[in-house]
Amino acid sequence: MKNKILISGNEALAEAAIQAGCKAYFGYPITPQNEIPEYMSRRMPEEGRVFIQAESELAAINMVLGASASGVRTMTTSSSPGISLMQEAVSYMAGDELPCVIANVARGGPGLGNIAGAQGDYFQSVKGGGHGDYNLIVIAPASVQEMADLTFTAFDMADKYRTPVIILADGYLGQMMEAAQIEKKAIQSIKKDWALTGAKGRKPNIINSMYLADDALEKHNQKLQEKFQKIKKELCLVEEISTTDADIIFVAYGTSARICKSVIINLRANKIKAGLIRPITLWPFPTETIKQAALHAGFFLTVEMSAGQMVEDVRLSVEGKAPVYFYGRMGGGVPEEEKIIELVEKLHRESK
Amino acid sequence: MKNKFGLPESMKDTVTFYCPGCGHGIIHRIVAEVIDELNIREITIGIAPVGCAVLAYNYLNIDMAEAPHGRTPAVATGIKRVQPDKIVFTYQGDGDLAAIGTGEIIHTASRGENITTIFVNNAVYGMTSGQMAPTTLLKQKTTTTPLGREAKTAGFPLRVPEMLKSLEGTVYLARETVIAPKNIMTLKKYIRKAFDVQIKGLGFSLVEVLSPCPVNLRLDPIKAYKWVEENMVPYYPLGEIKNNIL
Ligand SMILES: Cc1ncc(C[n+]2csc(CCOP(=O)(O)OP(=O)(O)O)c2C)c(N)n1
Ligand code: SF4
Ligand SMILES: [Mg+2]
Repeated sequence: MKNKILISGNEALAEAAIQAGCKAYFGYPITPQNEIPEYMSRRMPEEGRVFIQAESELAAINMVLGASASGVRTMTTSSSPGISLMQEAVSYMAGDELPCVIANVARGGPGLGNIAGAQGDYFQSVKGGGHGDYNLIVIAPASVQEMADLTFTAFDMADKYRTPVIILADGYLGQMMEAAQIEKKAIQSIKKDWALTGAKGRKPNIINSMYLADDALEKHNQKLQEKFQKIKKELCLVEEISTTDADIIFVAYGTSARICKSVIINLRANKIKAGLIRPITLWPFPTETIKQAALHAGFFLTVEMSAGQMVEDVRLSVEGKAPVYFYGRMGGGVPEEEKIIELVEKLHRESK
Repeated sequence: MKNKFGLPESMKDTVTFYCPGCGHGIIHRIVAEVIDELNIREITIGIAPVGCAVLAYNYLNIDMAEAPHGRTPAVATGIKRVQPDKIVFTYQGDGDLAAIGTGEIIHTASRGENITTIFVNNAVYGMTSGQMAPTTLLKQKTTTTPLGREAKTAGFPLRVPEMLKSLEGTVYLARETVIAPKNIMTLKKYIRKAFDVQIKGLGFSLVEVLSPCPVNLRLDPIKAYKWVEENMVPYYPLGEIKNNIL
């Protein structure tokens, strides 16, 4: 077994992609994820694989489309504005049923915003940032170790379901250094007989998302929706901490979840029973876990580095069975433990 | 010997949706004939554009991908880099290549990607029913230049191979048209050379084809062909614009 190394979240994600068999990486510089293309520019050629610094995120994601259509594992990474620019092609890839991994080391928005970590891209990732009816699998790491581990998961899920997968991290997770272990894992290899490899001894393969015949596009959509339902049934990753006896349940992902974990320890020391539901897949969302918890929880507090995006899905899951409150910071602001504790104590008093 | 006038193996036995007199059908056939003659059908991958040729994958009997509008060369780059042993070409209209996808074609050419581009210049946006293209001629009427294209407000028509010529990555750039059999013969020679460049691994090659779009020129096919000859050819000179084949 390999030893743990001290490594940044960005580099852990990059190395994990290599270990997961990513054969082609395409990217365009943007802070706070520049360590990824820089790392890949060195490591991919070492492994005899493809690295291109594209002329834009538009080009990068479309190179990913081409590489994916060729049947190999492929990835691009960017941060919020760059991810916005990619959305047309992401919609095409969802329609084409092409697997790929897209990591968004998100930053503060809207617009050029700033380069600090933020969680304002939840809607874009989870509700479908591009046009048309589709969902993406969205995975949210909360540590450097998970930046690596969930990258393996992302590639496996992309191939398994033939769909783009988003790793939604943030600038803090990308930049922070922690001890992590990046192991070569067994790769789930899936036969891609749909890939464009030249029509040798078979009928030509076509990768497209256009359906013009009567009802054809609706049929294609129905097929996609069946797949999304299947994913919902089969894939949902969630971490629960101290929820069984909790009166107060935090719902938070990524960096916000790390803060909530420490808040819980503080509150429990003060005899306030708090717990955490941490969605690891933001889509599919752990609706069932939250719904079950709503049967015994006093109230929910969703903590995000946004104006309140995931909280909508928490409310939908709770179905009015308990109050759902929100605490958030925007534009790169980080939720402060003292503020959260203050708010919880106030809500706790009022709820008695 | 094969029947010259039969269906090339690289074309599917189907009816195209192109309008009567459209150049796209002729160009498809020439590309298919060249692929057959070079015996590369089983290793060739084409990328269809967004434009009238969006359904090229229904007509060509080879592996093909659809690309978002203008991103055709980026998709081709992704395919070629992971499969350098395959022959990869893009088929693009003037809106796809010279407007929305200008960035992609310039950088793909500049990187010297070892791919081939068939660039169909019909001086209009065919698929969206006749708006101005970057290649629309001055004074030419389109649905978005109802009084004729004026340089002052709409800029000048773009000569793509001339623009790409200065890029170190480009190896072979040529322009022909489909308006007469002798032009078609020359065009086929150029397209063959362009694919040869790629087979030899020399770098980026592009052939521009001046192509009539009778429907959007509001002309019958014969007059549309004449229009190409009298208006497009003088502005877009035919011939090999760059030939660095060693
Ligand atoms: C992002 C995007 N913008 C606009 C369109 C609409 N559109 C489809 S084809 C086209 C123009 C095609 O013109 P050209 O490339 O010259 O091809 P032609 O039809 O003339 O062969 C446009 C603007 C689109 N499909 N996608
Ligand atoms: S609109 Fe023009 S380019 Fe399109 S198929 Fe008809 S003639 Fe051809
Ligand atoms: Mg056109």
